[in-house]
Amino acid sequence: MGRDGGVSCLRRAEMNMMSVGGIESTPAPAPAPAPAPAPAPLDLDEVHVLAVDDSLVDRIVIERLLRITSCKVTAVDSGWRALEFLGLDNDKASAQLDRLKVDLIITDYCMPGMTGYELLKKIKESSNFREVPVVIMSSENVLTRIDRCLEEGAQDFLLKPVKLADVKRLRSHLATKDVKLSNGNKRKLPEDSDSVIITPPSPSLTISTESSPPLTISPDSSDSSSSSSPPLSPVEMFSSSPIDNDEDDDVLTSSPEESPIRRQKMRSPGLD
Amino acid sequence: MDLVQMQKSLQDYTKSLFLEGILDSQFLQLQQLQDESNPDFVSQVVTLFFQDSDRILNDLSLSLGQQVVDFKKVDPHVHQLKGSSSSIGAQRVKNACVVFRNFCEQQNVEACHRCLQQVKQEYYLVKNRLETLFKLEQQIVASGGMIPAVELGF
Repeated sequence: MGRDGGVSCLRRAEMNMMSVGGIESTPAPAPAPAPAPAPAPLDLDEVHVLAVDDSLVDRIVIERLLRITSCKVTAVDSGWRALEFLGLDNDKASAQLDRLKVDLIITDYCMPGMTGYELLKKIKESSNFREVPVVIMSSENVLTRIDRCLEEGAQDFLLKPVKLADVKRLRSHLATKDVKLSNGNKRKLPEDSDSVIITPPSPSLTISTESSPPLTISPDSSDSSSSSSPPLSPVEMFSSSPIDNDEDDDVLTSSPEESPIRRQKMRSPGLD
Repeated sequence: MDLVQMQKSLQDYTKSLFLEGILDSQFLQLQQLQDESNPDFVSQVVTLFFQDSDRILNDLSLSLGQQVVDFKKVDPHVHQLKGSSSSIGAQRVKNACVVFRNFCEQQNVEACHRCLQQVKQEYYLVKNRLETLFKLEQQIVASGGMIPAVELGF
């Protein structure tokens, strides 16, 4: 079985899991997630994400966002460290490589030294990791930047600050990808992926209002969040609210106008 | 003050921070990430933000205080501060950074000095308010209570 670093089988139960407490531990009897840069033991049940951001605050937040959506996370502070972790920092093939399973790489765009774009290119150039979806995050909503990244094979582009809904959306895409383990190199995308995967974060490319988070303070959206439950801790309120499901649908259906271009760009080279 | 009163005070206080635009919805996002397994998540992230920002503001003061200001040094600092303040929902700090960056681009030293003062002002304000908020939370927890969700029905 060719371990090209991008393949994993996800149980549907994990995709739907939104447990309140004990989120750090997954249903599978896996070891507790440790953010160590060393390659982790193989665990086919867990999604492993490599997060790259030079900002400590953002690293902590993205790590938590990913953990709360049942991902194992390795967070590094630069493109170089990311390459190092992936074993791409030198020409020698890393002996540990076949034990390294990375299902998603999410990286900040603006970083000193190596930008997220440069990191993206390096990943797409590597035979081991070119099929791993790469998501770019940026605080700047620059269409040319977004296009460049998508053209280079980025899976998605998130506008910072990243919200839980954004990460959940990414997570559900990972869960719906079928994997052909037979030749290890092909990944079949679900039929509806054309309209789903490259959806712009809703506040940026479509309408710029803060419409996505269910707990915004704009008068029209606040009623639903406050009236839906008695005073609970923030997490309980969140998990009992059906609002975020609706809002996910909004994100999905807002894509069609973007999809003609995005659909093409989504097919990264070397896949078909 | 009994527990219910404390919880009400906390809710009112938190609400006021949103009403004044000191915090925005991203702060609520952070609160969503807090649970029994991570009960101090928000205060931990915010503390990191304070440490980071103190350092950045220091560096900015130094850079802007030079005889010849190197905007190539100034701008990345402001960008960083803009990013982290945005990530925790410190809206007014973020907005002040946006203005600051515009003047950096114009290489307007005097305006940048004013911007730095403005950013500092907003930063100390949010720092003060959040420290108060966390104290209120601690009092509630110490009294055996739970932190109420923010109800934003206004």
